[in-house]
Amino acid sequence: MKKILQSACIWLVLLFLYAPILILVVYSFTDATMIGAIRGFSLQNYVTLFTTPDLIQMIIGTFGLAIVVAVLSTLLGTMGAIGSFYSKKKAQGGIELVNQIPVINADVVTGFSICILMIVFFKISKETFIPLIIGQVSLCTPFVYLSVLPRLKQMDPHLYEAAMDLGCTSKQALIKVTIPQIIPGILSGFMTAVTLSLDDYFITTYTKPATFDTISTYVVNATKGSQTDIKTALWALSTLIFVLVVASVIIMNIKASKKEEQA
Amino acid sequence: MKNKGFSRKQLAVPYVIFMILFVVLPLLVVFYYAFTDASGNVSFTNFLRFFQSGKTVGTLVYSMIIALLTTIVCLLLAYPVAFILAKGSYCKKHSFLMFFVLPMWINFTLRITALKEILTLIEGNLAYHQFFNGVLCMVYDFLPFMIMPLFNSLTKLDNSMIEAAHDLGANKVQVFFKVVLPLSIPGIISGVTMVFLPSMTNYVVLDMVYNSTYIMGSLIGSYFSAYDWHNGSVISIILLIMIFAITMISNRFTEGNQEKKVSLY
Repeated sequence: MKKILQSACIWLVLLFLYAPILILVVYSFTDATMIGAIRGFSLQNYVTLFTTPDLIQMIIGTFGLAIVVAVLSTLLGTMGAIGSFYSKKKAQGGIELVNQIPVINADVVTGFSICILMIVFFKISKETFIPLIIGQVSLCTPFVYLSVLPRLKQMDPHLYEAAMDLGCTSKQALIKVTIPQIIPGILSGFMTAVTLSLDDYFITTYTKPATFDTISTYVVNATKGSQTDIKTALWALSTLIFVLVVASVIIMNIKASKKEEQA
Repeated sequence: MKNKGFSRKQLAVPYVIFMILFVVLPLLVVFYYAFTDASGNVSFTNFLRFFQSGKTVGTLVYSMIIALLTTIVCLLLAYPVAFILAKGSYCKKHSFLMFFVLPMWINFTLRITALKEILTLIEGNLAYHQFFNGVLCMVYDFLPFMIMPLFNSLTKLDNSMIEAAHDLGANKVQVFFKVVLPLSIPGIISGVTMVFLPSMTNYVVLDMVYNSTYIMGSLIGSYFSAYDWHNGSVISIILLIMIFAITMISNRFTEGNQEKKVSLY
């Protein structure tokens, strides 16, 4: 009885979380323009998604931006974490305090303040993409920092010393000893940065060039418009992203469980 | 050490410069705009205007109500789920948690679009239940962020504590309220911070379901569209103060708990 109740609770919440997405997935394969209408099978939405120049540009732009932002913030965040880990306690405390600001701050405030600084104060044109990229990097870097730092704490400090004693320069010791040990942290930081950039709406909307759109800003504009073919093409996009996320999460889980078996 | 190249500390230099330029400086600029008027003179009129206008104060109250409701509903939904996953009959199925976290990886605008389509089907016209739809969409968006920290603090909870309480004669209700709940407070606090603040500011969710009422975030949005940097900064400062206060409170709670734990031994 207790088990049934618990299962019911779990599955009801799962239903709440997934029913909308799954219904959208089903409807993306029909020619219906409204959820609830019963219509025939069609791939028209997917054709529209990949043949409308606007949509293709938006998708490429979103992922391109995410990669650029993630690479930059991974570099900065990793260097920051290594540097601060070997700094004096006081300096480290200061760095961690500042690092917390973008993490706890509301995205609206982060976006607005970056916009004021870059566009109103420094008068940098939005069309250069510089405000957009810097804005997103300033959001993502602290998360990279936070995922790299625990790995540094777990690392055996003697390994670096040993490498130096064996004749490595500090650069070699860093690349050959430190970096390989913290790679899992760097990778998870990179992935976090990619997701944050893909999910961001506020920083993007306050700093983006007028003609550039990411998925978030595009979808929000599309819900206000009345173009049904674009609306249903976005169902197809949701389906593809859903499948991609599910697949990658399952693959990661299988890999993780295999590692556990080996260990 | 010196002749072997650079010191590891120096690696932080680009990071520190970046953070000062693009995290600290923007906030200083926001402060500057909040406390000056259009001609550049220092003044508090912007703040006075905010707190004297019924409309803006109403917005503050309304967004607090919406955020509070969202947080409570999230907590009530997430706690049982997190408990069942961490301690209940699902505690051996580790992969189950991932289904609750997975939505975090899908763009929130796409998820809200999906929910919106369903709501349109059920309700016909979204305009009839604006408040209900707003809270529902917020809950839908932020629920994973509540489940995660709750699950984390509940898995850390030692099973022997629960067993000891049982052995000492506590019934199930007592065990929950005297052992499980107090020990999961850090998780509750961090879940609440992760849901309360975004639901006060994420006005896009409301926009998308045609909720025409303003929350704090939408004020910033509308001042931004009107190029009104001074009033937009005022809202930012008010939000920053709230964020700061909530973080201080939550830090106190989690630290206090750690101290208590230490003093147990």
